Amino acid sequence: MAKTKKVVQLMPTDIKEELLKKYPPKVARKRAKQILINEATEAEAPPEILANVRTIPGIITMRGCTYAGCKGVIMGPTRDILNITHGPIGCGFYSWLTRRNQTDASSDGVNYMPYCFSTDMQDQDIIFGGEKKLAAAIQEAYDIFHPKGICVFATCPVGLIGDDIHAVSRKMKEKFGDCNVFAFSCEGYKGVSQSAGHHIANNQVFTNLVGENEEPKEGKYKINLLGEYNIGGDGFEIDRIFKKCGITNISTFSGNSTYDQFASAQHADLDCVMCHRSINYVADMLETKYGIPWIKVNFIGSKSTAKSLRKIAEYFGDQELIDRVEAVIAEEMPEVEAARAKVLPHTEGKTAMLFVGGSRAHHYQDLFAEMGMKTLSAGYEFAHRDDYEGRQVIPELKPDADSRNIEEIEVEADEKLYNPRKTADEFKALEEAGFEFKHYEGMNDQMDKGTLIIDDLNQYEADKLVELLKPDIFCAGIKEKFSIQKLGVPMKQLHSYDSGGPYAGFKGAINFYKEIDRLVSSKVWSYMKAPWQESPELTATFVWE
Amino acid sequence: MALLKHTPVEIKERKALTVNPAKTCQPIGAMYASLGIHGCLPHSHGSQGCCAYHRSALTRHYKEPISAATSSFTEGASVFGGHANLIQAIDNIFTVYDPEVIAVHTTCLSETIGDDLNQIFDKARKSGKVPEGKTCLGAPTPSYVGSHVTGFSNMVKAMAQLAEPSGKKTHKVNVIPGWVEPSDMGEIKRLCAMVGVDITLFPDTDGVLNAPLTGEYKMFPDGGVTIKELKKTGDALGTLALGEWCSADAARWLDAKCKVPCTVLDMPFGLAATDRFIDVLRTVAGVSVPDSVAFERGQLVDMISDMHQYFYGKRVAIWGDPDQLISMCEFLVSLDMQPVYVVTGTPGKKFEARIKEICADQPFEVKVKAKGDMFLMHQWIKNEPVDLLIGNTYGKYISRDEDIPLLRWGFPILDRQGHQYFPTVGYKGGLRLLEKILGLLLDRKDRDDPETTFELVL
Repeated sequence: MAKTKKVVQLMPTDIKEELLKKYPPKVARKRAKQILINEATEAEAPPEILANVRTIPGIITMRGCTYAGCKGVIMGPTRDILNITHGPIGCGFYSWLTRRNQTDASSDGVNYMPYCFSTDMQDQDIIFGGEKKLAAAIQEAYDIFHPKGICVFATCPVGLIGDDIHAVSRKMKEKFGDCNVFAFSCEGYKGVSQSAGHHIANNQVFTNLVGENEEPKEGKYKINLLGEYNIGGDGFEIDRIFKKCGITNISTFSGNSTYDQFASAQHADLDCVMCHRSINYVADMLETKYGIPWIKVNFIGSKSTAKSLRKIAEYFGDQELIDRVEAVIAEEMPEVEAARAKVLPHTEGKTAMLFVGGSRAHHYQDLFAEMGMKTLSAGYEFAHRDDYEGRQVIPELKPDADSRNIEEIEVEADEKLYNPRKTADEFKALEEAGFEFKHYEGMNDQMDKGTLIIDDLNQYEADKLVELLKPDIFCAGIKEKFSIQKLGVPMKQLHSYDSGGPYAGFKGAINFYKEIDRLVSSKVWSYMKAPWQESPELTATFVWE
Repeated sequence: MALLKHTPVEIKERKALTVNPAKTCQPIGAMYASLGIHGCLPHSHGSQGCCAYHRSALTRHYKEPISAATSSFTEGASVFGGHANLIQAIDNIFTVYDPEVIAVHTTCLSETIGDDLNQIFDKARKSGKVPEGKTCLGAPTPSYVGSHVTGFSNMVKAMAQLAEPSGKKTHKVNVIPGWVEPSDMGEIKRLCAMVGVDITLFPDTDGVLNAPLTGEYKMFPDGGVTIKELKKTGDALGTLALGEWCSADAARWLDAKCKVPCTVLDMPFGLAATDRFIDVLRTVAGVSVPDSVAFERGQLVDMISDMHQYFYGKRVAIWGDPDQLISMCEFLVSLDMQPVYVVTGTPGKKFEARIKEICADQPFEVKVKAKGDMFLMHQWIKNEPVDLLIGNTYGKYISRDEDIPLLRWGFPILDRQGHQYFPTVGYKGGLRLLEKILGLLLDRKDRDDPETTFELVL
């Protein structure tokens, strides 16, 4: 598609209508509620979006399943827990090293992430039950590898035939004594997206692991980083910055994580939430049970990184930390600014669309803004309404049949370990100064009026949007990549970053600037038509004249 | 430090735990085969994660858009059956994407519930959800039986079952290529055209999964076998099924039900298997092989003789799909290389016997395992190393740990490109395999040789 054909002046309502036109009436009615023309900046009551509802059968969705969210996303990046998929071979195979989670095992050398463990269920296991095979598989894994922890993941048929994976795991845990074994009922059909799997994973980690290690952790400013998965090394860059600032990261949930990190999470004095969708409830539970307050942070984008660091420093309120953070920002920013200045002439005024995950579609808009790029349309693959509209809508959210399938765990203040990190007066003083705890304003708030916010975008709508609005770059996942590129528009994967990264923190911002500059400036997009296709009529001039 | 540092040298028998599988599940094979039908949207009948995983894996391998729909089961469908979901899906698919064909495959979930695809198709047709002239076909692909190869075979059989024999023979020959690259399917067509035989190749992903970049997106690219052609496969002179595991079921069905005689051959990788393919092809079609084919063959023989000194005696570990492994092992043996470890995750008793037969009377002992995994193969390598690895991308961990060069070949290849465009079947494909193997062995030698024996001319 030649860039000269750019269609402008399409009203958002026209685009919405165009997207819905082809659907059967019932589908169109449902999709209409999931496509929002953003007016959040002016209207008294922000418009409502339909989210976290079932995918329509037959509509080519970007979503994955509960198992993918549980085993792939949350537990995938933990390196010293041995993850066994209980089911036919496929699920284990597809979640084997495909998310580009990086890890550094140099401290103790333990790393099971390059391995794929499965019970490889056969038809006789489906007919007679797979519990015996699961128990034997756990035993074999223990005998060969002697891990600290073994996790078991249920696939679709396991739920159907009713294998009690929890009972098997309990039995094996008791038998071993020195290996924690627990299981996840994360069958793919549960819930409506990956989000259900995140929830199941987090609940089990919270129940079976967090708080286990009572040994105190050293560090003056101790935090946990929640909802960061170390794709392409993001977590490494964030940890580098923390270290430089003198902040101790007790545990990352779950990028480059270890058994002991999870087990020690209760020792932190502040929880910093990156991906709101995948983990906000864990932050709530950590607060209720241990008294650790939480804040929303964002380390995507240099300004967001600086802002988040300042917020952490403000929370601890220690001048030494405040000064250190300012010094680090001052030291890091010149290189970032230099890189930004280099790409700005190529990127300024260009446009982007982002349809990823349950926070990335929001966070990355900061980076694009730093490059002077405007987000024309965005949406989440598996978010809930609060990720769009902000946490204030949470009380309004009514559980439906699908969300009732996902266990909600009740948490109370721990008799021994609950410890409010600040006095009521200290909290009050911070809040009066404008400090926001447990706050997330949602994506809509940041996006321009008239932009299109679309939940659970599908392939048909993605292609249509690109055709109509011709963004300079489109961000989504691997499944979407090549149909967008066939349209002559560069596509950047923001789930796995293609082969790039890190994009978090200061160094990450520089990487991202360069990467986006490469994509939007690449010559390849001008090669779509051969010269004889551009002007097919024969003319009377010859080259040698 | 090693990436697979926890893999012990000592081999203990495992009965329940698979570690680092050398196979995956049926539906992905069915999805790939469906893409070889013109105008076809594959549909996964189960929960949406299967479809997402299969699309992702195929996209990562072929670097092409893989469109496929899903029934998106939630708990309700899992309890009450997926009828309603599939009928709704069929309606939505024809309305929104307008394919010629929907090829549905099941998953472990819909198989366990016991959904009957044909019954659902009937209902959809009766309620007017399938427009005039459009086709729905289905294949059972339970993930807990066989492997991705089985799923491929099941979908290919479902394609054959579209045959409507008219009683009048055509002059065409059916060729079932098996799970090979789009480039391989293109090469098989080229070879058949050279021999002068008119074939129906099914499935045919050439032109579908190696489509050009033009600024236009076609959900249904120009390639693929048409339904019209599939209906006529029952009138063909004969069927050549390339690969017992991938292709034989469909060919035998056409033989039994439509009286189209079939010959099951090995996949035409390497010299001997290609020779047999050409020889059977000309016999079935009743034509003589032109000199141009013998010329290409002679080029391959020439290259084998030129390179023999570097291949002779080299030990190879190889894993992947049975049909591919059988031909590759035969090729390696013909080069005087030694495929000492051969592993497939796909079950099949005949496999081990066949590999042993190929390696019989050779100056090495072959360790072969069907229903094996890459963990076991790595342990074998740790016990006695090899000079070369041949298999999919997952071998790169072993390659790095043990410092052994890896030829990426098979499925999936996630970290290299070119396989969509450059065939490894036929004589030309053989040249490419030799070039790649030689490159790997000599790069290694150039890296390892001490300065004194580092040579310009080899």
